[in-house]
Amino acid sequence: MPRGVRDRLVMLAAAATLLAAAGCAEDPTTASGAGSGSTIKVGILHSLSGTMAISEVTVRDAELLAVEEINAAGGVLGKKLEPVVEDGASDWPTFAEKAQKLISQDRVATVFGGWTSASRKAMLPVFERNKALLWYPVQYEGLESSPYIFYTGATTNQQIVPGLDYLREQGKKSIFLVGSDYVFPRTANKIIKAYAAANGMTVLGEEYTPLGHTEYSTVVNKLQQAKPDAVFNTLNGDSNVAFFKQLRSSGITAEAMPTVSVSVAEEEVVGIGPENVAGHLVAWNYYQTTSGARNEKFVQAFKAKYGAAKVTSDPMEAGYNAVHLWAEAVRKAGSVDVEAVKKASAGISLEAPEGTVTIDGENQHVFKTARIGLVQPDGQIREVWNSGQPIKPDPYLKGYPWAAGLS
Amino acid sequence: MATLNQLVIGASIGAVLLLIALGLTFTFGQMGVINMAHGEFIMAGAYTAYLLQPLVGTQSVLVALPVAFAVAGVLGLILERLAIRHFYGRPLDTLLLTWGISLVLQQVARDIFGAPNVQVRAPGWLTGGLDLGVRLPYNRVFIMVLAVGCVLAIWLYLTRLRHGRRMRAVMQNRQLAAVSGVATERVDQLTFFIGSGLAGVAGVALTLIGPVGPTLGTNYIVDAFLVVVAGGLGQLRGAVIAAFALGILNSFVEFWVDNGASLAKVVVFAVIIGFLQLRPQGMFVVRTRALS
Repeated sequence: MPRGVRDRLVMLAAAATLLAAAGCAEDPTTASGAGSGSTIKVGILHSLSGTMAISEVTVRDAELLAVEEINAAGGVLGKKLEPVVEDGASDWPTFAEKAQKLISQDRVATVFGGWTSASRKAMLPVFERNKALLWYPVQYEGLESSPYIFYTGATTNQQIVPGLDYLREQGKKSIFLVGSDYVFPRTANKIIKAYAAANGMTVLGEEYTPLGHTEYSTVVNKLQQAKPDAVFNTLNGDSNVAFFKQLRSSGITAEAMPTVSVSVAEEEVVGIGPENVAGHLVAWNYYQTTSGARNEKFVQAFKAKYGAAKVTSDPMEAGYNAVHLWAEAVRKAGSVDVEAVKKASAGISLEAPEGTVTIDGENQHVFKTARIGLVQPDGQIREVWNSGQPIKPDPYLKGYPWAAGLS
Repeated sequence: MATLNQLVIGASIGAVLLLIALGLTFTFGQMGVINMAHGEFIMAGAYTAYLLQPLVGTQSVLVALPVAFAVAGVLGLILERLAIRHFYGRPLDTLLLTWGISLVLQQVARDIFGAPNVQVRAPGWLTGGLDLGVRLPYNRVFIMVLAVGCVLAIWLYLTRLRHGRRMRAVMQNRQLAAVSGVATERVDQLTFFIGSGLAGVAGVALTLIGPVGPTLGTNYIVDAFLVVVAGGLGQLRGAVIAAFALGILNSFVEFWVDNGASLAKVVVFAVIIGFLQLRPQGMFVVRTRALS
């Protein structure tokens, strides 16, 4: 009998090895040849499966919409754009691999892609090594400025710092940090702790859970014990669904303990269920409700293409902007050559759905307006505060004395 | 107070572990089949609840329980008939076979339901919770009741019903059962049907906690095997104790340690490894004279 048991345990160990290997399994994609002739190939690389798909699929949709708009207007340099879409599968090595495939096999002129900082960090060396271009459309933790990446989402001084300023103005003195366990939440929280120390706020606790985690009752119990004035939430992907559902069923209300989320936008609110997250705060640069004719046009075009029930969100808008900004830079440079596009990009301005965005030539980030919003019961987000004008990107927080020790 | 709260949380994690492991005590514990596709039956159950939602509205969870049992059970039966029965006695081949099938099923789900995860809305009476000094969310109470109900049903089945006794006879000594006139092949089919069906029920329960996606089952399959191994193969009693012990251990480590979510998992693994060093057969062992 013990013998039999041992055999079964050996089998189980083999099973575990297989499971681990499954994460690395990769399907070889057939070569599609170099792009030449009448089209310019552009790569679009997002997680279309796995825990991040809830967020990234919509960014791909927005980027494809921008490509379509550019083609409808005649393309760039007399050529139509031809998108090559790849799935990063919520797996960081896959992102690096697919990026390499887009660059060397499909020979794309540029790539739009990524969401988590882990995926960006995995792709960064690939783009730097190949001297190829990546447009990254999501708010992130800053402290980075690769010469081969354009960052069209917010850096910390355009999102997290304004979010903290807002909490302080509202008289919130103690906060609790909840985040997914990877580079963005950990770095963002380092910045938040430095801010709190310099501005008289107390950080009562700091909790990280693995991406895709769905068991939040213990974290919620810790929140109940610590009783912070507010929670700063850097969870990513559909962990947010579980977190907000469990927060609500534990009886914590948004009035008693509001959360500020930096990775929950309109699309995620749909997934979480508006009734679970209504009354909580979010910090972004764009909402579907942002006023202006340019945004109305964007929202209409998106709904016309993908269905009236679809919503638009900040990272979608930033992805959409990225494609248009790249096209502008190509037109100005008169070529898709990476170095020429980089040189031409400095100072390029776009009337975007969020307002005017301008590429900062120093760090390849963009000027963006910060906005704090309140989630409504219908799933839309109502702006409760904005910075009035686009904020200059400061990825290394050089303009903030309290951030001196960060790296 | 916080400790009591954490005990409740641990028990509810334990209930989830128990539900997902129950089906395995049949197919893995009793038949010795390492069915890597067991997680995909959990997923099938969860998607059943999702599909029923527009048809039966807010009470879909209740309707889904029997339907998911049937759906996952039939899937299991098909798998057993078409594939696994040809591989009895060849565990390594079974392992590879069912692992391949699990990948196929995941991809099928991805093609049918799309890659992004979907949500199942809980009925109104499952949102909110009971305040008894400690907060008992209704969905957790429901899962605990469901787990206890399933254990009771299985126990009655195994001890009181003729089919159940035959099943135990076959598991304890196949040859002897066969010569005594038990149709072992029929018993195998029934065992696999019930084991897989229970995975479907677990899938419905999981929709109350988090999102439903093609890889839902994969996230839980390792935990399920751990419970069965730690409890002793094929031991209902062992599975119950192991599930709650692991759940409560997990919740307390997570609570006591700062940033404990990842560490809790490590501690649980370490404890199980240590435990199996002392008792390689798990908590409980069936004593038989069968030669293994």
